[in-house]
Amino acid sequence: MTAAVALPLRPPAHRVDPRAVQWWRLQGLAALVVLAGPQLVVWIVLGMSPSWLLVTTIVTAALAAGYALVVPPIRYRIHRWEITDEAVYTLSGLLVREWRIAPISRVQTVDTEHGPLQQWLKLASVTVTTASARGPVTIHGLAAPDASELARVLTETTQATPGDAT
Amino acid sequence: MTEPIPVAAEVPWRRLDGKMLVVAPLQHVVRLLPVLVILLFTGRGDPVRMWITLGITVLLIVLGVIRWKTTRYRITDDRVELHSGWVRRQRRSVPRDRLRTVDVTSTLLHRVFGLGVLHVRGASSASADHHGLKLDAVSAAEAARLRTELLQSGPAPMRVGGRAVGGVPAAEPEPSEVVRGDSRYGDHRRAQVLSVLRWPWIRFAPLTVSALAGTGVLVAAVWNVVSELGLRPRDLPFAADVEERIRGAAIWLTIGVLAVVLLVVAVVGSLLMFTERWWGYRLTRDDDGTLRVHRGLLTRRSLSVAGTRQRGAEVSEPLLLRAGRGAQTRVLATGLGRGSQGGALQPPATRRETHLLAATVAGEPVERSTLAPLRRHPRRALWRRLTRAVVPAAVLCAAGWTVAGLAPGWYWLGPLTTALLVLSVPVGVDRYRNLGHLLTARHLVTRWGSLHRRTVVLERDGVIGWRIRQSIFQRRAGLVTVEAVTAAGEGGYPVTDVTAADGVALAAAVTPSVLDPLTPLGAEEPAGDLAAQGAGRGPQERLDHR
Repeated sequence: MTAAVALPLRPPAHRVDPRAVQWWRLQGLAALVVLAGPQLVVWIVLGMSPSWLLVTTIVTAALAAGYALVVPPIRYRIHRWEITDEAVYTLSGLLVREWRIAPISRVQTVDTEHGPLQQWLKLASVTVTTASARGPVTIHGLAAPDASELARVLTETTQATPGDAT
Repeated sequence: MTEPIPVAAEVPWRRLDGKMLVVAPLQHVVRLLPVLVILLFTGRGDPVRMWITLGITVLLIVLGVIRWKTTRYRITDDRVELHSGWVRRQRRSVPRDRLRTVDVTSTLLHRVFGLGVLHVRGASSASADHHGLKLDAVSAAEAARLRTELLQSGPAPMRVGGRAVGGVPAAEPEPSEVVRGDSRYGDHRRAQVLSVLRWPWIRFAPLTVSALAGTGVLVAAVWNVVSELGLRPRDLPFAADVEERIRGAAIWLTIGVLAVVLLVVAVVGSLLMFTERWWGYRLTRDDDGTLRVHRGLLTRRSLSVAGTRQRGAEVSEPLLLRAGRGAQTRVLATGLGRGSQGGALQPPATRRETHLLAATVAGEPVERSTLAPLRRHPRRALWRRLTRAVVPAAVLCAAGWTVAGLAPGWYWLGPLTTALLVLSVPVGVDRYRNLGHLLTARHLVTRWGSLHRRTVVLERDGVIGWRIRQSIFQRRAGLVTVEAVTAAGEGGYPVTDVTAADGVALAAAVTPSVLDPLTPLGAEEPAGDLAAQGAGRGPQERLDHR
């Protein structure tokens, strides 16, 4: 049971959008193309040689494909977020779990980000920045409307808080 | 800055000091002075270089005039504004309530002309704020006036780490030593002297990184002169003789002599650097809690950190310094990251003195700041520190022996990496022994590191978030690393390898209103330490400070 009681903190309430799994898979595939593609091209240009290059190409492709297949569902089960009355609270990470807590009273800026893949999947990421360089809390893979709503609410709360939040 | 600039016509724009027109080109010329002298006396050197230098000087004069003509600044009620540039116009403005630190630097030349460069920095991680504004240069009197004005006002001071400061003028200070401010800099208020230069400290200079830097400076200076003169080391009269001797001597002798020469250069360089950096050093604290560091021989520097920006202190002990039983104190302040020498408040000094200073800055007795009896971390942390030190060394060792086996010319790699492996064990143990943390009534004290041991005392109110990390290995051991996120210093300070329950209890004790809703069972108090004192601080009390 030691794994189950990793931390006496309850996990954040919400999961990210299920489409985030697709997003992470696409990212994995993009990595596959970027990493294995050039190797393959070089191999073809050099006249189907040397043979070890083909081996590394296949290994790279297999690793990336395996990652894209296996990891995203696991991440989906781990990644969680929540906005309480007092704080922005996230849990993320695969090998290294990371819980981040940023009190709302210390939030300075709220940014929403839509990458090309995210736009296509109608997803967005929300980044909450505090006065610390180590402080930013990012929630990846939210449904785009949820993200805008979240950013709006957070911005309103932040503006209502006096002081410079340091 | 994105904020609209408010119209404040009543505040006139000011120009930088006109004397700066002379300083910039002169600085360039001064750098070439040694070369000029040698050139005049020996007739050696390259005339083309001289013409290029002359051209650059003329260009600098022209650019200086343009810069002076186009640069203007003003300080309105709520912002500092700076307009500059000719081709690329820049308009920058920083809200005054975000200003964190003001420092004034004046090189020898600046001082001859009575000038100083004023550097104002803001707090947030946004780059515009972080890099701040630079007024290069204003008269020394103007610099002092601006520094006082900028740090005094801004938002009503809310607190200085629990010291009663606020908008209400504090009662007469009790300190034994009360001095008048340095009138040259226009400080006429009373200030408490916390520390002045003690020359015995210079013995720590060779034990710091500045020893390396000093060596670099010396070597670079010599090299610069040599290359400007167009000399080749081989042409020097004694070069042939030296070469002859090296050829004749045994290799170990050559290496030995070289090592001694390097050591001497490093020691001399570090002593020179120490003198240049810390000459006339004085640390004072004003009535309003502002810390001021004055120092420097050729280049005078002064750093001012407003009391409302201070969040604690750090005692830093890099390996060599620690071996020499020395340490250095830094202030943790918002807007003061790695710049300004990381907020160094004192030259490297004896442990006792550094801890005392850190405690003074934190406003607590020593036994409740950096010298507090810290809680040791669980035994499982020792295993983790050991594996993390030994495993990489073991990998290196294996690689070393493999290379040594394959290439006989590299036979020394094997023993060398083995020595590294053996050394990694005490390092791991020492890392564990140094781990510790404690919550006092007002601070979080944490210590970690072996090759660079650091003890940080951070105000509870300065904690603006948490990062709790757990690797798969930590998960198996039931440990976590809790990082207190803060706007000051490096942005976050870790409590490494505590039990998960203790880690969460720690965070909950510091920021109960944030953590309590997330701990359904209610975190237990870590037993038997000062945390109990802090747990009583409810949300209301916290709100009073904000």
